[in-house]
Amino acid sequence: MALLEVKDLDVRFAVRGGDLTALRGISFSLDKGERLGLVGESGAGKSVAAFSILNLIAMPGYIAGGQILYKGRDLAAMSERELRKIRGNRIAMIFQDPMMTLNPVLTIGTQMVEAIQAHRKISRKDARAIALDRLQKVQIPSPGKRLDQYPHELSGGMRQRVIIAIALLLDPEIIIADEPTTALDVTIQAEIMDLLLDLCEQENVALMLITHDLGVVSQVTQRMLVMYSGRIIEQGPTREIINDAQHPYTQGLINALPQMGEPGQRLFQIPGSMPSLKNVPTGCPFHPRCSFATDQCTRMMPEYVRSGNVDVACYEVANLIEQERRMQEAES
Amino acid sequence: MTTATVSRWDRFRESFVWYSFKRDKVAIISFLVLLLMVLAAIFAPLLAPANPYDLAQINIMNSEMPPVGLDGADPAFPLGTDAQGRDLLSTILYGTRVSLMIGFGAVLLQAVLGILFGLMAGYLGGKVDAILMRIADVQLSFSTLMVAIIVGAVFKASFGNLMFGEIAIYMLIFIIGIAEWPQIARTVRASVLAEKKKEYVEAARVMGFGTRRIMFRHILPNTLSPIFVIATVQIANAIISEAALSFLGLGMPETQPSLGSLIKSGFDYIQSGSWWITLIPGLVLVVLVLVINLLGDWLRDVMNPRLYKG
Repeated sequence: MALLEVKDLDVRFAVRGGDLTALRGISFSLDKGERLGLVGESGAGKSVAAFSILNLIAMPGYIAGGQILYKGRDLAAMSERELRKIRGNRIAMIFQDPMMTLNPVLTIGTQMVEAIQAHRKISRKDARAIALDRLQKVQIPSPGKRLDQYPHELSGGMRQRVIIAIALLLDPEIIIADEPTTALDVTIQAEIMDLLLDLCEQENVALMLITHDLGVVSQVTQRMLVMYSGRIIEQGPTREIINDAQHPYTQGLINALPQMGEPGQRLFQIPGSMPSLKNVPTGCPFHPRCSFATDQCTRMMPEYVRSGNVDVACYEVANLIEQERRMQEAES
Repeated sequence: MTTATVSRWDRFRESFVWYSFKRDKVAIISFLVLLLMVLAAIFAPLLAPANPYDLAQINIMNSEMPPVGLDGADPAFPLGTDAQGRDLLSTILYGTRVSLMIGFGAVLLQAVLGILFGLMAGYLGGKVDAILMRIADVQLSFSTLMVAIIVGAVFKASFGNLMFGEIAIYMLIFIIGIAEWPQIARTVRASVLAEKKKEYVEAARVMGFGTRRIMFRHILPNTLSPIFVIATVQIANAIISEAALSFLGLGMPETQPSLGSLIKSGFDYIQSGSWWITLIPGLVLVVLVLVINLLGDWLRDVMNPRLYKG
């Protein structure tokens, strides 16, 4: 059984003039120690997905349907009290901006001790020892001193280390990292990402990495999801998707990456931009920007088809597979 | 433990608050004057030459003695005496004590109510917010003095004058505290609304902290600077309210005079030439309120987030 299994998750936002669907039929699973990438443009619903997993979508957002099974227990149907035991304890989360996620008026030590004491009955002294141990694990210089410092006394990179240390405090089984390195200096980004990966591997923690950096995803994750307008349009083993993307959107994303060794060439650009939630196109939400779009695409949302080990929601891909199958039949 | 306090002190000495305080002459003088007055009030029983509450020490023959330097002054009464023959210096010291107690007490009550309701309204939002803020609106639409006059009159009628004298100080704290809590609640609510959108609150929820812990442990400390500023101003306001009530005869009785009731008791004799009974406590009141307001102004400048955190 998968550690985390999300089934048909629908998340909506109740606004004046009806509900907006932010996530539509999201399904995926995460195994113990697995590293899963979640990519997509801004506004695709990546962060909403992350918050929904912890059932932390704030009003006016709500989970309209589906299940979030953590070890077989449905987080979407759990009481607030039970959820609190899981949040931060079994499933931890790391945010994008380390400048903002630490409370500016409490010392690092206080915040760490508090996080431990919220979940475990443990003395202050023991909690501090755990905090110190985690700070050592994230290789922060002079960890003992950091405990008594305030967030504003640390650099951005150090703060993100502290945040990783906080995420590791209670030996979680899953860490959801929402663009953990985006706000950092480029030279620090790689360092922090390596650290996060090493620690997840050491502690056998499953990592769900949300990013729009395909480079990072291809290097560190085993499987990936591509989201577009609140839907997963392609999911499967990272290597297969990066090497041979099926969905025209994923292909566009990959082609838009700057390649080494081709100087002077214009970068590919997917025309148009992500539709707003208020007017999602009918049928496949990507069809207005897709060069393969046909009449069929404007009418109905495509079902998932399997190509190799990859699930893709696209009529074009489905048609190609169908053609191939017919050709094989004709040959034999 | 000692090392911790030393580092706290060092931290304070390096802070922006201390830096700006050292550079602001008005703030320094205001602070010193306030400190002097507060200390004088606290140690009134040790400093005052006489105890104005002790009837045995009062001699009616000493009444309306002028301050030292005027004709007919007695060096035993440096600021003269009032109509009952009480030493004015001692009475003022004790009166400042009463005024400050009411000022601080009322603001403490305001702060407790204001912080509690402001936090709840701001963080929980929705119905809780609507109900609490409407109660605050209703509360604010009554004038403090009007409520105080009604409650004071009812208390006076039902407890009798003697009993009233004993509970007057608590009653005043209660009335002024209740009447003014919406001021603090609104300030707190406004800063909570700004704070709760910040990511550290989200991070705290992700860590599985309960609502109460997030409210009091994480958001409250971040809203303290505006609370400090408004509380300072509210202390001055409470002292003035109390003086006004006492002047109208609804505050402290003359047996335990506050600055306000001293001014009132002297007011009857101002025509007969004993101006000092009103003027001197009046000056003390003005200086007290002025320095608190000046400190409040300075505090507001220092804690202005745009100047401080920017």
